[in-house]
Amino acid sequence: MIRVIIPPHLRTLAHVSGDVALEVPAPITQRSVLDALEARYPMLRGAIRDHVTLQRRPFLRFFACEQDLTHDSPDTPLPDAVASGKEPYIVLGAIAGG
Amino acid sequence: MSKVRVLVGTRKGAFILTSDGEREQWEISGPHFAGWELYHLKGSPADPNRIYASQTSGWFGQIIQRSDDGGKTWHQPGTPPGEKPAPGPPKAASNKFVYDASAETGKPLTTHQWYDGTQHPWEFKRVWHLEPSLTDPDTVYAGVEDAALFKSTDGGENWHELPGLRGHGTGPKWQPGAGGMCLHTIILDPSDPKRMYIAISAAGAFRSDDGGNSWKPINKGLYSQYIPNPTAEIGHCVHHIAMNPSRPGVLFMQKHWHVMRSDDAGEQWSKISGNLPTDFGFVIDVHSHEPETVYVVPIKSDGEHYVMEAKLRVYRSRTGGNEWEALTKGLPQKDCYVNVLRDAMAVDKLDKCGVYFGTTGGQVYCSADAGDSWNAIVRDLPAVLSVEVQTLA
Repeated sequence: MIRVIIPPHLRTLAHVSGDVALEVPAPITQRSVLDALEARYPMLRGAIRDHVTLQRRPFLRFFACEQDLTHDSPDTPLPDAVASGKEPYIVLGAIAGG
Repeated sequence: MSKVRVLVGTRKGAFILTSDGEREQWEISGPHFAGWELYHLKGSPADPNRIYASQTSGWFGQIIQRSDDGGKTWHQPGTPPGEKPAPGPPKAASNKFVYDASAETGKPLTTHQWYDGTQHPWEFKRVWHLEPSLTDPDTVYAGVEDAALFKSTDGGENWHELPGLRGHGTGPKWQPGAGGMCLHTIILDPSDPKRMYIAISAAGAFRSDDGGNSWKPINKGLYSQYIPNPTAEIGHCVHHIAMNPSRPGVLFMQKHWHVMRSDDAGEQWSKISGNLPTDFGFVIDVHSHEPETVYVVPIKSDGEHYVMEAKLRVYRSRTGGNEWEALTKGLPQKDCYVNVLRDAMAVDKLDKCGVYFGTTGGQVYCSADAGDSWNAIVRDLPAVLSVEVQTLA
């Protein structure tokens, strides 16, 4: 299972209270994880990536294993620790306002 | 006994204020959608329990919320209320606002004028205003930024653009106001289901006589010194338009500067600022039963978005404009520096017309006597973005 941490406002939208656990088919990439997240929680479609272009929303960032993956290709395999469920994949809001 | 329900959108959530017809004792619920910007909430005239809300965030984009029980519970249309989402693809896309650029039904996605005069691509940002149909609770219009008009006929589950407005041909001349290039006003004509009015900052006002398929600019008589040709057909920063449903051809406008009226469905406008201390402002509204009684809240200037002389004064004209009286009883008359934003005033339909407005300081004021006196329903909400009122049997 892949562990995903999403910001509190998106947890409210998705009706979840903590980390999200997802079955994600290989390959484990940012794209496949986000696809699985949006399939499981359709109300998050458009809230992380644009509906049509699937581009990341400008004020969101993606971290894992103490790395900033925000600008990596969405098809680059995620670290093994994420694929194994040891470490979470983190979606978070950039601090762009008070 | 009649009741009123006031729907308040703020920078950090929505609040619902309810009272009986006396409008003295209030119950306050909220914040709903805490922490999000609620640009607008509005109830369906055909079913007062049906309320639509625009929930938005710079981080997470646009969310549409709907209540079917008068604001007690909410859900995203397409997601059953109270149920956790089911696996699989979504049955609806209530937050999917995609401009219709298709060859079959749409208009090409052009550019609009940016602040510096260069051209800039059209990009959806948020829903500013939701206008439910006068007759069908499942039909609702959305005015969005970057300016366009969308419509849903399934209770907000799916949205499609009415592209004739964005594709009117003048789009490259539209430009954003300080708040963005927003379509903020939608008025439906109760006497003609095919006629509607919209307004855009800063493009101007438009009218459709065919249900939103085609549009005509209605800006003759407007004068705006901040565009190269002050009387141009397009480019005016209209802040808000109001209409009394009993006289759908008579429109009142608060422009960036100037208060205006039209007696012929927008074909021609005339200035009615009269003795106002300043005619800059955002809100304008019309008394429910007296179609020549108009309310504005003058703001000092476009550079100083707060009331003049630190006094919060609503101005009322009982002559359809030009002659205005200051209404101050119950409103702060010193040390006040709030603004009242364009969608933050509303009137109820009770015999003695109630007038409501919210401020950027978080106060929501009510007058149960058509403006003669005012009371604060609440004083310390987040900055108020919008105020609507429902009059309930």
